[in-house]
Amino acid sequence: MPKRTDIQSVLVIGSGPIVIGQAAEFDYSGTQACRVLKAEGLRVVLVNSNPATIMTDPEIADATYVEPITPEFVEKIIAKERPDALLPTLGGQTALNTAISLHEAGTLEKYGVELIGANVEAINKGEDRDLFKEVVEAVRAKIGHGESARSVICHSMDDVLNGVETLGGYPVVVRPSFTMGGAGSGFAHDEEELRRIAGTGLTLSPTTEVLLEESILGWKEYELELMRDKHDNVVVVCSIENFDPMGVHTGDSITVAPAMTLTDREYQILRDIGIAVIREVGVDTGGCNIQFAVNPDDGRVIVIEMNPRVSRSSALASKATGFPIAKIAAKLAVGYTLDEIPNDITEQTPASFEPTLDYVVVKAPRFAFEKFPQADSTLTTTMKSVGEAMAIGRNFTEALQKALRSLEKKGSQFTFVGEPGDKAELLREAVRPTDGRINSVMQAIRAGATPEEVFEATKIDPWFVDQLFLIKEIADELAAAERLDVELLAEAKRHGFSDQQIGEIRGLREDVVREVRHALGVRPVYKTVDTCAAEFAARTPYFYSSYDEETEVASREKPAVIILGSGPNRIGQGIEFDYSCVHASFALSDAGYETVMVNCNPETVSTDYDTSDRLYFEPLTLEDVLEIVHAESLAGPIAGVVVQLGGQTPLGLSQALKDNGVPVVGTSPEAIHAAEDRGAFGQVLAEAGLPAPKHGTATTFAGAKAIADEIGYPVLVRPSYVLGGRGMEIVYDEVRLEAYIAESTEISPSRPVLVDRFLDDAIEIDVDALYDGEELYLGGVMEHIEEAGIHSGDSACALPPITLGGFDIKRLRASTEAIAKGVGVRGLINIQFAMAGDILYVLEANPRASRTVPFTSKATAVPLAKAAARISLGATIAELRAEGLLPANGDGGTLPLDAPISVKEAVMPWSRFRDIHGRGVDTVLGPEMRSTGEVMGIDSVFGTAYAKSQAGAYGPLPTKGRAFISVANRDKRSVIFPARELVAHGFELLATAGTAEVLKRNGINTTVVRKHSDGEGPNGERTIVQLIHDGEVDLIVNTPYGTGGRLDGYDIRTAAVARSVPCLTTVQALAAAVQGIDALNHGDVGVRSLQEHAEHLTAARD
Amino acid sequence: MTTSTKGTAKAPAVLVLEDGRVFRGRAYGAVGVTFGEAVFSTGMTGYQETLTDPSYHRQVVVMTAPHVGNTGVNDEDPESKRIWVAGYVVRDPARVPSNWRARRSLDEELRTQGVVGISGIDTRALTRHLRERGAMRVGIFSGSALPDEDTMLAEVRQAPEMKGADLSAEVATKKTYVVPAIGEKKFTVAAVDLGIKGMTPHRMAERGIEVHVLPATATAEEVFAVNPDGVFFSNGPGDPATADHPVSVMQAVLERGTPLFGICFGNQILGRALGFGTYKLKYGHRGINQPVQDRTTGKVEVTAHNHGFAVDAPLDKVSDTPYGRAEVSHVCLNDNVVEGLQLLDKPAFSVQYHPEAAAGPHDAAYLFDRFVSLMEGQRA
Repeated sequence: MPKRTDIQSVLVIGSGPIVIGQAAEFDYSGTQACRVLKAEGLRVVLVNSNPATIMTDPEIADATYVEPITPEFVEKIIAKERPDALLPTLGGQTALNTAISLHEAGTLEKYGVELIGANVEAINKGEDRDLFKEVVEAVRAKIGHGESARSVICHSMDDVLNGVETLGGYPVVVRPSFTMGGAGSGFAHDEEELRRIAGTGLTLSPTTEVLLEESILGWKEYELELMRDKHDNVVVVCSIENFDPMGVHTGDSITVAPAMTLTDREYQILRDIGIAVIREVGVDTGGCNIQFAVNPDDGRVIVIEMNPRVSRSSALASKATGFPIAKIAAKLAVGYTLDEIPNDITEQTPASFEPTLDYVVVKAPRFAFEKFPQADSTLTTTMKSVGEAMAIGRNFTEALQKALRSLEKKGSQFTFVGEPGDKAELLREAVRPTDGRINSVMQAIRAGATPEEVFEATKIDPWFVDQLFLIKEIADELAAAERLDVELLAEAKRHGFSDQQIGEIRGLREDVVREVRHALGVRPVYKTVDTCAAEFAARTPYFYSSYDEETEVASREKPAVIILGSGPNRIGQGIEFDYSCVHASFALSDAGYETVMVNCNPETVSTDYDTSDRLYFEPLTLEDVLEIVHAESLAGPIAGVVVQLGGQTPLGLSQALKDNGVPVVGTSPEAIHAAEDRGAFGQVLAEAGLPAPKHGTATTFAGAKAIADEIGYPVLVRPSYVLGGRGMEIVYDEVRLEAYIAESTEISPSRPVLVDRFLDDAIEIDVDALYDGEELYLGGVMEHIEEAGIHSGDSACALPPITLGGFDIKRLRASTEAIAKGVGVRGLINIQFAMAGDILYVLEANPRASRTVPFTSKATAVPLAKAAARISLGATIAELRAEGLLPANGDGGTLPLDAPISVKEAVMPWSRFRDIHGRGVDTVLGPEMRSTGEVMGIDSVFGTAYAKSQAGAYGPLPTKGRAFISVANRDKRSVIFPARELVAHGFELLATAGTAEVLKRNGINTTVVRKHSDGEGPNGERTIVQLIHDGEVDLIVNTPYGTGGRLDGYDIRTAAVARSVPCLTTVQALAAAVQGIDALNHGDVGVRSLQEHAEHLTAARD
Repeated sequence: MTTSTKGTAKAPAVLVLEDGRVFRGRAYGAVGVTFGEAVFSTGMTGYQETLTDPSYHRQVVVMTAPHVGNTGVNDEDPESKRIWVAGYVVRDPARVPSNWRARRSLDEELRTQGVVGISGIDTRALTRHLRERGAMRVGIFSGSALPDEDTMLAEVRQAPEMKGADLSAEVATKKTYVVPAIGEKKFTVAAVDLGIKGMTPHRMAERGIEVHVLPATATAEEVFAVNPDGVFFSNGPGDPATADHPVSVMQAVLERGTPLFGICFGNQILGRALGFGTYKLKYGHRGINQPVQDRTTGKVEVTAHNHGFAVDAPLDKVSDTPYGRAEVSHVCLNDNVVEGLQLLDKPAFSVQYHPEAAAGPHDAAYLFDRFVSLMEGQRA
C-alpha cells in the first residue's frame, strides 16, 4: 500500500525551547520527520520557537515559522498556510497539547486540517490517567496480564486526603495529569509532603487533576518502544531496563538496553501487554513508549504509563538500536506500512522486524544541581537532569564505565584510590537516590559491603550489583598485580577502565599507561551498530569501540575531517553546539570531505547516523578521541580534526591532541590559550589598545582581597577556564569574597580566580564573527536587554542592536578584528563587550562557536557555522563570498534598516526545583548561567519581536490586568516611565509601600499591598504572595535588592513561578515588555516564515 | 581475556572452525571436547528454551547476545527434559543469576549436563565469519592440556556433517505419551515427535486438544490408531532430505484427508510430501525477531525461527501436487525464504517457524486456532 495521495502539505509542530524533560531529542526526531516528509514530495510547514535547532534550518522545511508554539500563533500559521494535515507526535508534550487545544477550539475543523500520526481519542486515552486505567483493564480482560497500580483520581485537596485512606496509607505517589517530564509529581511519605506535592500538582495540571497511587518503590522498571502501522503490524523496537529501580524518573535513571534481567517468558508478557495497549489506545500509526514496573519477588506487572508519541526514550532507542523511530513514524503517518519501508542500515531487509543487539547500551543522566545549590538533590518521579550521555560496549561493564566518563563531570567515574569511608554511612547514603549514587555504592563495596547489603539499601537488581562487584574486583587485580601485562590490561579495558583510571590505581600518569598499552598492542576495535546482531551485512558505518578481536572500520579514499561534538547537554553547553557541529558536517561533506562525527549525546542530530559519513558513538575524552583518530588514520587520509564547534569539551582537548600529533584545524591551541588565559589575553588587548575592566588574578584570598581593594567593590569573581559562568559571582564585600574563595573547589595555582571590576549599568553586547587571518566577517551584534552582570546565556538580546548607532558598530568591528587578529583566530570567535559611559570594555573572548551562533545565523540568514568549518579547512571569507555561502557584500554589522528584528529570550528551569523543605528556588538572574534553552521572536519591530519571544518562552505577555511592582532603590528612578506606560495601557498597579510612594509622587495611581513579611492584615487583607497564589496578579516586576534583604522578593518570585505569572526581574526587561504590550495592543501580530524573512533580507542586501 | 570469576580462574578453551579459524577464550560449563555444526542465534532472551530445543541437537550454538545466564535456570522454561546443544558459545556469562524463579546458575546446569562451552571470545567476529562462509563444523576444546591447533583442526574435520544427518529418532520420545487437554477436551491430535518442543503440545492443550505424542518411528497405522481429529508433525533436527519415513506417513495422512499441521521440520516434510525439494540455507534463521508475512492477509508477524534447511517451492504461483493445489502461505521478508505452505483442496498447512514461541513473540499463535478451525470444519 503506497503513501496517501490526499495529503499535499503537512504542518509539523516542534517542541519549543529546551527545558528539563523536553530537550534536543525532539530536534533529532523532528528533523528526521521533516526530511522524510519533504522527500515524499509533501510541502512541510514547521513551527518551532527554538532557533538552536536543525529542524528550523530553512532547508529542512518548505516554510519555517520561528514563532511561539501557542494555539493563537499556530492558528495564524494554519490560516496562512492552509496545510492538509497536522503531525503532532514529534514535538513532545508541547506539540501534543497544542494540537489538542487546536482541536478543542475547533480550529482544525474550521480549516479542514486532519490530525495524522495520532487521533485525539488515542492521545486522550494515553495521557489521561483515568482513561488509561480503563485501557489497562481492557487489556487485562483480553490477555490476562497487566494491571494498573491501585489509585484514585483527585480534583481537590479533600479528594487527595481521602484517597490516601483508600490506598491503605503512606507512602503514595502523586502524578499530575497532562504535564511533561512528570512535572509536579513525587512521593509523599506523610500528610505534610502530600499537601505540598499534591497542591503543586493540582496547580500544574491544566485539568486540575492528580492521580494518587499505591507505592511501587523499589520494583524493577522497564520500558518498551513500539511502532504500529495502519495494517496493525506492530514491532517492539527496543526494551530498556532501568538500573535505578522504581522511584526515580526514567529520565534521571541510569538505563540499559536491552533489558538485562528478564526471562523470555517475562519479556514476552511485557511485549504482549505493550501490543495490546497500543491497539487498545488506538495509536493507528507511529510510535509509543510504555513503562512497566515488575515486582522482583513475584513478577507482578504494573503498566505505569504510555506516551502516544515519540519521546526522549524513543530517541535513545533509535540510537541504541539503529532503528530510526521518528523517521519511520513520519512514513507511517503518510500511509506506508512497516514492510514497505526498508531498514536503512542493512538496506536489504524491511523495517517490519525487531532489532536485536549484540552489545549493551547504557545511558547516564547529567544533572546541574551545582547551579541550584538550594535545590533538593534527591531524585524523584519529577525529572531533574538536564542532559544525558549514552555509551555502547560489548558488555555492561564496558558500556557503564564509558557512559560515566562521557558525563565529563568531576567524580562521575568510579575511583578506587583513597579511603572509601564508613560502610554503614555509605550504605545509608545510597538509600537516597541522587546524582552519583552509583559512586556511593561503589565506595560502599570498597568499604566491604556485601551484595545483599547493597541490594537491601538500593533495591538495584542483584545482577547489576554483581557487575559493580566485578568492576571492583578488576580494580583490585590492577592494584595487586606486579606489573601491567597484556592479559590484565586487556581484561581491564574489556570492562571499561580508562587509561586515566588505570593510571590512578597504579600511580601512573595517564599517558604512561597509554604508552604501555600501545606497546603491548592492546587497542580497541570498532564494531557496527547494525540492528541485527551481524545476521545481515551493515551498510551504515555507525561505530562503537570495544576491546574485542575484529574491527569493522572499512578503508576509504577521500580525506576525512573528524568533528568532535559537545557531549551531554548541560547548562551552558547545549543543543547550540550540536547545531554548529552538524552544520560543519554538512558543509564539509558538500566541500568533498568524508565527515566523521564523534559524540556521546543520544539526544542530538549529530548522533543520527544519517548526519555524517561515519559516526563514532564514543566518549569525548582524550583517550577515546586518540583511538578514533588512530583507527581512522589506518582507514585513509585525515584532513584534520575540528575542535572549535562543540563548545568547551573539544576545545579543552585541543592542546593535548596537538601534543599527540593530531592535526587540529582552525584556530590553533596556542591561539585558544591566548584567548582563555587572562595574562595572555590582557597582552592581546594591550597591544590592540583596547580597554578591559580593571582586573587581576589570584590563587589565595589575600591576593584576591588586594585586587578587590584596589579596583573597588562590587567585583565579579570566577574561576578561569569555565563555561556558562560556572562559579561566577558578583561580590559586594570582603566577607563574601573570603567565603567565595573558601567555597570554591576549582581554584588552584594552575587555575587562578579572576577578579574583575563589575560594571554597573553597562550595556552588554555579544558579537559573533568569522576571521580567516585576513578578513573579518561580523556575523552579528547582539544587544542584551538585561544589564551587564547577568550571564549572557540568561539574558535576552536583540539583533540587530536596538540602541547602538553606526559609530558603535564601527568601534565593535574594529575591536573584534583587532582581537581576532591578535589571538590568531581561524574560524569563529565570540566576544562580549560592555558599554559603560562611552567606553567599550572587552569582557571576554571565546575562540570557538558560541551559544548564539544558531540565533545569529537565523536572524541574519547566513550559515556561520558552515562558513567557520570551511575556514578551518583553509577556505577564505572571500572564497566563501564568491561561492555564495556568505553574502557577496556586507555582513551582520551592516544589516539594512528594514531588516527584521530578532529577540532571543532564555528559558529558565525554576519550576523543576524545590529545596529540601519543598519550597521553590529563587529565580533571580545572575552571572552564573542557569537557563536550559532559548526561544527567538522575529518581527519587523522590536516590541512585537520581544512580545513573541516572551510568548514563546513563558506564555503571552498580559495586555491588561493587574501589575505588581516592587523594585530596589537603585531602580526606582527608571521604573517611573514604564510604570506610567502600563497605566496608559489600562493596567491597575499594585506596589509595596516604598515603590508605591515613588510612583504616587510621580502621579501614578498605585494601590499599596502588604509585603509577605507583614503577614495578613487585621481585616484579612492579603499579602502580595497570597494575591499571586490566588491568581489575582497578571504581571510581576521585582528587582532584587543587592545581596541581602532578598526574602520578600524570593517569596514573590517563587509564587510567580508556581502560578506561571510573568515575572520581570530587571527594569530593562520591564521597558522591553512595555514595548511588547504596546505592540500587542496595537493591532494584529502577524506571522512570517524564515524563508520570507530571508528573501526580504537578501533583496534588501543587494 | 575474560570475565574473572570469583576465586577460580577458568581453564583455557579453544574454538576451532573447520576452515581453520581459531578463537581462544575460557571454558564455560563442562570442561572437555565437543563437536557439532556451528550456528548463531540472535535471540536476546530465552537461552533456556534454546538450549533445551531438540532441533539444536548436534549443533554448537553461538549466542550473539553478549550476556547470557543473567536469569539463571528455572524449572518451568525448558522445552524438553535435557539440554540438546552440542556446545555453547557466549561472550560474557553471568556470575550470579537474578530472577525470582531461578533455581540455579546456567554455568552449573551446563556442567551438570556435561555441556562443553567457551566464553570470552569475539562472538560478533565469529558470527560474521559464519554469515560470510556459512554454517560449518566446529570443535570446542577446553582444559589445561590442549592439543596443538593442527590436531584440533583434524579432529573437527573428522566430525560428521549436518547435511545428510538423520537425527529425529535420536531426540524423539521412544514411547507414546499423552498431554491432556486443559479444560474441556474437544479434539484428539496425533503428534509425530521429530524433536518436539514442550510448548507445542501445551499450546494445543490450551485449546482443548488432547495430544498423543508418538515416536518418530510411528507408522501411519499407529497414527490412525489414535483416532485423531488432526495430525501434527513437529520440529526437529537434521536434514529433511533423510526423513523418508515421516514423509511417507504424512502422505498417508494427506491421502486420508485428516487435518494436518506441521511446524519447522514438519513444514519441510510437507514440502517433500508434496513433491518440493529442500535445501540447506547458508547460515539459517535462528532468532526471535524474524518478519514473516502471511500472504493471505498481508499482515506481518514477528516470529521465532530455528531452521538451517528450507523448502524450495515457487513463491509466485499455485503449484499442482498429488494432493491438489498448494501455495506458499508465508514468506520471510528478510530473504524471501518459504516460511509456510498450505493445500487449497485439503485441510493441511505448515509453517517453517515457531508459532509455539518458546522463546519468542506470540504473534503467530493464531496458527493453532487455524488448526482448530480445520478440525472443526472437518467435523461439521
